[in-house]
Amino acid sequence: MKILVAIKRVVDHNVRIRVRPDGSGVETQGVRISMNPFCKHAVEAAVQLGEAGHGDEIVVVSIGPKAATDVILTALAMGAHRGILIETDTDLETLAIAKLLAKVVAEESPDIVLLGKQAVDDDSNHVGQMLAALTNRPQATFASEIKVVGQQLEVTREIDSGRETIAIPLPAIVTADLRLNTPRNAALPMVMKARSKPLAIRPVAEFGVDLTPRLTVEKISPPPERVAGKTVGSVPELAAYIAGEVSQMEAL
Amino acid sequence: MSVLIIADHDLGKLSPATARIVHAVAELGPIDVLVVGENAQNVASDAAQLAGVQKVLVAETASTTDTDLAIIETLAQSYRYVVQSAGSVGRDRMPALAARLDLMPVTDIIEILGPNRFVRPIYAGNALQTITDNQPRHILTVRASAFRAAATGNAATIETVESPTASVARLIATHRTESDTPDLSTAQIVVGGGIALGSAENFQLIERLAKKLNAAIGATRAAVDAGYAPNDWQVGQTGKIIAPDLYIAIGISGALQHLAGIQGAKKIVAINSDPEAPLVKLADAALIGDLFEIIPQLIDELDKAGVR
Ligand SMILES: Cc1cc2nc3c(=O)[nH]c(=O)nc-3n(C[C@H](O)[C@H](O)[C@H](O)COP(=O)(O)OP(=O)(O)OC[C@H]3O[C@@H](n4cnc5c(N)ncnc54)[C@H](O)[C@@H]3O)c2cc1C
Ligand SMILES: Cc1cc2nc3c(=O)[nH]c(=O)nc-3n(C[C@H](O)[C@H](O)[C@H](O)COP(=O)(O)OP(=O)(O)OC[C@H]3O[C@@H](n4cnc5c(N)ncnc54)[C@H](O)[C@@H]3O)c2cc1C
Repeated sequence: MKILVAIKRVVDHNVRIRVRPDGSGVETQGVRISMNPFCKHAVEAAVQLGEAGHGDEIVVVSIGPKAATDVILTALAMGAHRGILIETDTDLETLAIAKLLAKVVAEESPDIVLLGKQAVDDDSNHVGQMLAALTNRPQATFASEIKVVGQQLEVTREIDSGRETIAIPLPAIVTADLRLNTPRNAALPMVMKARSKPLAIRPVAEFGVDLTPRLTVEKISPPPERVAGKTVGSVPELAAYIAGEVSQMEAL
Repeated sequence: MSVLIIADHDLGKLSPATARIVHAVAELGPIDVLVVGENAQNVASDAAQLAGVQKVLVAETASTTDTDLAIIETLAQSYRYVVQSAGSVGRDRMPALAARLDLMPVTDIIEILGPNRFVRPIYAGNALQTITDNQPRHILTVRASAFRAAATGNAATIETVESPTASVARLIATHRTESDTPDLSTAQIVVGGGIALGSAENFQLIERLAKKLNAAIGATRAAVDAGYAPNDWQVGQTGKIIAPDLYIAIGISGALQHLAGIQGAKKIVAINSDPEAPLVKLADAALIGDLFEIIPQLIDELDKAGVR
């Protein structure tokens, strides 16, 4: 089986981001960058499926600037076989990303496509679902467990009421949640080896996808600030505070 | 016809989220509500009571991704807006619907500024994006926690719509959390527990306090990963987004991914042994100390104060 994993390069999840004062966006210069955590879980899932005999070839694809080769190398070091960078310096909307990935799916015909459930920068949670719609494949979103059973996938999904396990036929699209697995840290020899694995860099224009944005971002602003905290000295004081809040609610 | 809202429901009951979505989009135009589900009559009659709803459409079939999409895609042709709450169902369906219609969805909306202007958080709520959507039609998800519920007392008409053929997906099992606590996403009071609770048994302290206050229960990712609490209690960037009047955070440090889920909380109380914890720094009332000593005393004091 062939597995395709889409990975995104984002501002590291530990960075406390700063909104530019002119409202034009978030400061991404000089901040730590890494692979989107959800994508790491997707790569790990692919590698584990491979180790269990369900993935002969794992291809990773990222859409972004030249620097995104870094996250592709990370994925190759984790155990993926081949990388594709679709190179662009513009920020693309999720619909455009999904259309580009649909082209890659058409070229590669993977049995399973794995994505992160969301990217921690834009928090959209769109691309996997859009790709499923565009490629007419069944989707299983927010996966915390994936099993290959014959020509089907059994996927446990994290949903608002708990979890559910569904079976969908292959080929299929799955988006990874955080409890899917624990992503490995690649050992040094794997990191060295990654550099010799194939990595195709292809300009975005080659794919013939209309990338014109549909939405206009008027501005990016910081959220309202909370007033600084206060402490209370004892349990009775805290109880009185809570009781006060509760009685105000009841008055409403 | 203008707005189609997809109802959220579970165990034959309309989700409290849907009433909030109805209220949130009231200005956008006349509202129809679609209910997809087996034995959905109760859900439909609940939806028909919501003020502002013109018509409730019912498709009597199990709700799955592909059946929902097939039904909604056909109906969508006659609406300017298709809207669902930003819960796990809306998040699963709306981006796929948008792609099928060649539209960009606008998701996790927390403020509606006009017919095509919306505010949504990015970077775990550390920045807010104001978006203009000039597309002919709009596919939206809205965070229920950011809006109040529509009034009831309406009696909208209920109509049945065609349901398509069976889904390719097969449901094998559901694992649900048995709990009689209020719905987390729309609760007025939430008591949250972190990894500091140390075990699933100890987490019952949180549940006891929650019961005392008739509150919903929340947890951090660390507590869920450790198996102290079920996944549907997780609050934060990857869990549920809450906006209660009062959030009581116990043994929770306040990592930015957790804070992403509680930005809408009106008042925050923190109980933590570390005066430097980020949550302590932004709490309206923080008590520094050991949660295992504090919670039992707090429950006694609340009893004395005659709370509920
Ligand atoms: C007008 C305009 C303004 C913008 N402004 C900003 C801005 O200020 N800041 C900013 O950061 N972005 C901005 N963007 C970019 C844009 O919002 C997102 O980068 C893009 O929509 C992807 O969203 P997401 O990563 O949240 O997708 P999600 O749907 O959350 O991603 C889910 C999964 O899809 C896959 N995926 C997503 N993107 C890629 C990719 N590039 N390559 C490979 N796989 C991928 C990954 O597996 C990922 O885990 C702007 C775009 C436009 C058009
Ligand atoms: C991509 C990504 C997404 C994430 N999404 C989420 C999410 O949705 N929700 C979420 O919650 N987290 C999320 N996280 C995890 C988050 O970064 C933190 O790791 C997590 O929130 C920490 O949980 P905690 O506060 O329980 O634990 P800790 O950070 O370890 O804090 C424990 C706190 O308990 C206090 N304490 C210890 N003992 C006692 C005691 N006896 N009495 C009182 N206080 C005590 C400590 O002082 C400390 O402040 C995400 C992380 C990533 C990378």
